[in-house]
Amino acid sequence: MSRAAGTEQDAATPTLRPVRLLRRWVFGSLAVLVAAVLLGLTVGPAGLPLRGVVTEIVDVVPGVDLAGGLDDREAAVLWQLRAPRVVLGLLVGAMLALAGAGYQGVFRNPLADPYLLGVAAGAGLGATFAIVSGGNRLLVPLAAFTGGVLGVAATYALGRSVGGRSTNSLILAGVAVAAFLTSVQTYVNQRNSDSLREVYGWILGRLLTAGWDEVLAVLPYIGVSAIVILAHRRLLDVLSVGSDEAGTLGVPAARVRLAVVLAATLGTAAAVSVSGLIGFVGIVVPHIVRMLAGSSYRIVLPLAAAVGATFLVVADLVARTVVSPGELPVGVVTAFVGAPFFTLVLRSSRRPW
Amino acid sequence: MTALTVDGVGVTLLQRRVVDDVSLTVPAGTWLTLVGPNGAGKSTLLRAVSGAVEHVGTITFDGVEVARLRSRERARQVAVVPQDPARPDGMTVLDYVLLGRTPYVPYLGTESAEDLAVAGELLDTLELRSLSERMVTALSGGEFQRAVLARALAQQAPVLLLDEPTSSLDLGHAQQVLELVDELRASRGLTVVSALHDLTTAGQFADHLVLLVDGRMVAQGSAQEVLTEELIREHYGARVRVVTDPYGGVVVVPLRSRPARGQEGVA
Repeated sequence: MSRAAGTEQDAATPTLRPVRLLRRWVFGSLAVLVAAVLLGLTVGPAGLPLRGVVTEIVDVVPGVDLAGGLDDREAAVLWQLRAPRVVLGLLVGAMLALAGAGYQGVFRNPLADPYLLGVAAGAGLGATFAIVSGGNRLLVPLAAFTGGVLGVAATYALGRSVGGRSTNSLILAGVAVAAFLTSVQTYVNQRNSDSLREVYGWILGRLLTAGWDEVLAVLPYIGVSAIVILAHRRLLDVLSVGSDEAGTLGVPAARVRLAVVLAATLGTAAAVSVSGLIGFVGIVVPHIVRMLAGSSYRIVLPLAAAVGATFLVVADLVARTVVSPGELPVGVVTAFVGAPFFTLVLRSSRRPW
Repeated sequence: MTALTVDGVGVTLLQRRVVDDVSLTVPAGTWLTLVGPNGAGKSTLLRAVSGAVEHVGTITFDGVEVARLRSRERARQVAVVPQDPARPDGMTVLDYVLLGRTPYVPYLGTESAEDLAVAGELLDTLELRSLSERMVTALSGGEFQRAVLARALAQQAPVLLLDEPTSSLDLGHAQQVLELVDELRASRGLTVVSALHDLTTAGQFADHLVLLVDGRMVAQGSAQEVLTEELIREHYGARVRVVTDPYGGVVVVPLRSRPARGQEGVA
């Protein structure tokens, strides 16, 4: 490279543009999110008028008092049936996408997903025990949450005992723990075939709500997890050069990894406890964002949260309308709709993998 | 003034003593180069100095012990150009150089205008500005090595460690990078510690050479003192001729057991 050529180029590019989330992506993703929410609120067995729904929502804003919203029955459908379910979809979808992106950053592995370290198998076993024991159904989320956290704790303990801080040993430990817990769960299922259908339904994932209880139960966990993961977005970029180099740049890699994994695990366990095992969101949404908008975690994390939330609300809408009055498990829809879409994005992005 | 002191330092990896009882003092603004055969412990000693591996003995920067420094503070004291740096996917040259500002960016915060100014100045110094929006995965070996150097310099640390900085570069690019480091050493008063394979180059660029063998120091001093035919035969198992070039530099010429091609019949 000659000095003269460099100087010419300098004049052409006087400003330096570090990575940042472009405004068009922020507004674009928010617009799609709002559209999905309105669609989710209006469409259903009892159709609600869009205008009335919007009026009702704006009416909630303090200081605004609008008449001409919905009648009492419609308002009840909106606030007690639709809205909790849509909000739960937003929370779970955003959380799974964030946790997936977080795990991918921590493990520098594009195939990492939120269920990698045994959350899914642990939660599945916990939920199975709760369903099989035939007790109060309200205990299922609690059992799933506890099982998920214990599953990851077992993975961590095993991973550290065999390989110290290496991430590969942690991933392998996750494989072992998941296989073990799944085999126990299968055994328990075989012994209790009468509840098989219910367990199966839980495992495939569904967003069932009874009012706002589920939303309020998971909101603190998902809120804190999301904030912690998003706050580490620059440090995850630093980790992309590996722990050794990150260390020479002043980043305690082990501590950053632990913080993100803890947050992602806690948030995923909370999400799984109320939604079952919804696959696909955590692994595919971050990749779609990466291919479209860029691979810095400062872009991927916030956009993945928005896209994940949108995706799950739409998937749930499909799940509860396509075989109406019945319902499909939403996990079936996420994979059925998501896989072809993912393939499409994969084909159109010219990035080699 | 002494920038870096290594006193009785040893490193044990997998129950093997890789570095054993090494003591060095590096005056500020000078260039010390570690030489030695493969597995001599050069990289490990550099890793100990940068705090990446645990060690016995003491390593001090400007009188402050490295083991007492938190990782952020340490990264402001010593910057590293690794032997085989990772090329992160989808990261521009500018963002890559800005990684070097990490020790100055608040733990969960983001870069300031000053960080951007430092990076911009380094892009100019290393003639990378026209490449600032290029992905690091798309750079040539020489361009990427300059980006790695820019990242290290962005740490504004007084001590710069280079682990085989030229191992993936051809002769011309290797020379450019080392000249550049030497210019920066002179203009910014950097203290440089490097590990180099090429003995002739090592002799050309170092004020002081240290020969490590099996983790121990076996010789140190100027190029004339360390790069002798006897020491190289004994510790590298290589037959060489050491020649002094007309400008006083030391040239290490490997010899073949039979005459090299093109010289047959000449002697």
